[in-house]
Amino acid sequence: MTLRNRWRKTLSYIMLSLTGVCAVVAVSILFLILGTLVYNGWRALDWNFFTKLPKPPGETGGGLANAIVGSLEIVFLATLMGLPVGFMAGVYLSEFGGKTFAFLVRYMADLLNGVPSIVIGIFVWTVVVTRYHFSAVAGAVALALILIPITARSTEQFMSSVPQTLREGALALGASKWKSIATVVVPAAYRGIATGMILGVARISGETAPLMFTSLNNEFWGGGLTQPTASLPYVIFLRATSAYDDWHRQAWAAGLVLLVGVLFANIAARLILSRGIAVQK
Amino acid sequence: MSQLDEPMTMSTANLPSASPAAGKPVGHQGKLKAIDLNFYYGAYQALHGITLEVPANRITALIGPSGCGKSTFLRTLNRISETIRNTRVEGQVLLDDEDVANVDVTALRRRVGMVFQKSNPFPKSIFDNVAYGLKVNGFRGALKDAVEHSLKRAALWEEVKDKLHKSAYALSGGQQQRLCIARALAVDPEVLLLDEPCSALDPIATAKIEDLLFTLKDQCTIVIVTHNMQQAARVADRTGFFLLGKLIEYNTTEVIFKNPTRQETEDYITGRFG
Repeated sequence: MTLRNRWRKTLSYIMLSLTGVCAVVAVSILFLILGTLVYNGWRALDWNFFTKLPKPPGETGGGLANAIVGSLEIVFLATLMGLPVGFMAGVYLSEFGGKTFAFLVRYMADLLNGVPSIVIGIFVWTVVVTRYHFSAVAGAVALALILIPITARSTEQFMSSVPQTLREGALALGASKWKSIATVVVPAAYRGIATGMILGVARISGETAPLMFTSLNNEFWGGGLTQPTASLPYVIFLRATSAYDDWHRQAWAAGLVLLVGVLFANIAARLILSRGIAVQK
Repeated sequence: MSQLDEPMTMSTANLPSASPAAGKPVGHQGKLKAIDLNFYYGAYQALHGITLEVPANRITALIGPSGCGKSTFLRTLNRISETIRNTRVEGQVLLDDEDVANVDVTALRRRVGMVFQKSNPFPKSIFDNVAYGLKVNGFRGALKDAVEHSLKRAALWEEVKDKLHKSAYALSGGQQQRLCIARALAVDPEVLLLDEPCSALDPIATAKIEDLLFTLKDQCTIVIVTHNMQQAARVADRTGFFLLGKLIEYNTTEVIFKNPTRQETEDYITGRFG
């Protein structure tokens, strides 16, 4: 074997090892994060954590039931507002959009997708909070604004991948355009659409910055949707930046609960999609 | 479509269309008539002055090389061509002497059914596929009987009667295509358009579909686009030869295949080009 050949083999081996190491680093980060959260937060994770209100600073015990319920409330409201709008916009882009207008909408959706979430928070603060006050609804509006472009683009993508022949098949039987979309195209793409929606909802569940300016926090059960409401991401921020060990532990635990929830949503989404798009290739 | 995308580069200037007299069917009343039909994809003209009369209860085949406009012509008959953006039609298509442009498009497509080149069953059960057209057209009656009747007409009933609620994708390619025919027949169309329905099928499945066409022509008028000349010779009563967007010759199948009047037709039939 010549020197040159040996050098080429060695280089190939080095590069292969390097990419392998980087791949291991990439996948191990998730496990490192999970491990850190479990190590630091598991002691605070008990029945009380899920059922009790927070104790005043200094006292140990208590839970974050209000933040868990608050997060669910806000995300649920945001889903109610954001998913239908995003879905319909996606349908429009895929099925009706003319060239120029669809291009504009698509481009704007991508831009909106890239807007830092804290800017969305400030925007909603200006438009909603300064006129009324901090509330779960304001938080939900902020999250919905993030959810709309995500849902619109993923819906559009999966609907566009439905073969044109299916649309023609429905139209050729005397279905109106809307009927063909509702009864053939959407059902053919529903797995992908549902996956996109779940991933979108998972994404907004972890958003913190938009909630700082909108739903704020509440150490007690909120007074309804129009009142300041606790949420897990924001509570993590508040607890983690406090001076109390017990609160730090609660922050870790809250992080763990949030991450596990989002992970489950992601896994569910992958499972739905892995069963394949309902369309025959 | 830009000029560069034009599928053909041959000049069409020296190819006059068939004379209108050649388009007249013998004996049977014209069910569908195209009169001086032009069709454009953007600036590109795909059909040049097509005049053709399709007789009722007969099988009419349209043959010609790829890109000659035969499928485009077929798609103007039920106005499915409108689903492609930036297209334009000039001239008339008459269904029972009524301009299809003036007929409500969903009503037109119920009367003029279509089967596509690649079988396109919906991602639904076999039953729901056949019932689809009935449901969207507000059929009130025994859906089950109607589905069974359509599947029998498409000679598929015996093969699927025990798995009506299985996915249509579980069927073989030939069965899927017959399912699509059953689906089209369910709304009881007066005309059935078939766009190269056998191009993806083996000879046995093809034979089944051809047999089927013979049994259907008592009840409806059939127009079939095919790139398979033997198929046209086997099934069709009349045959039209398209070339470069023009109808070159249209006559009884026997004349087209045994005694064509035009040199281009003879060249194509004998395989000298195409």
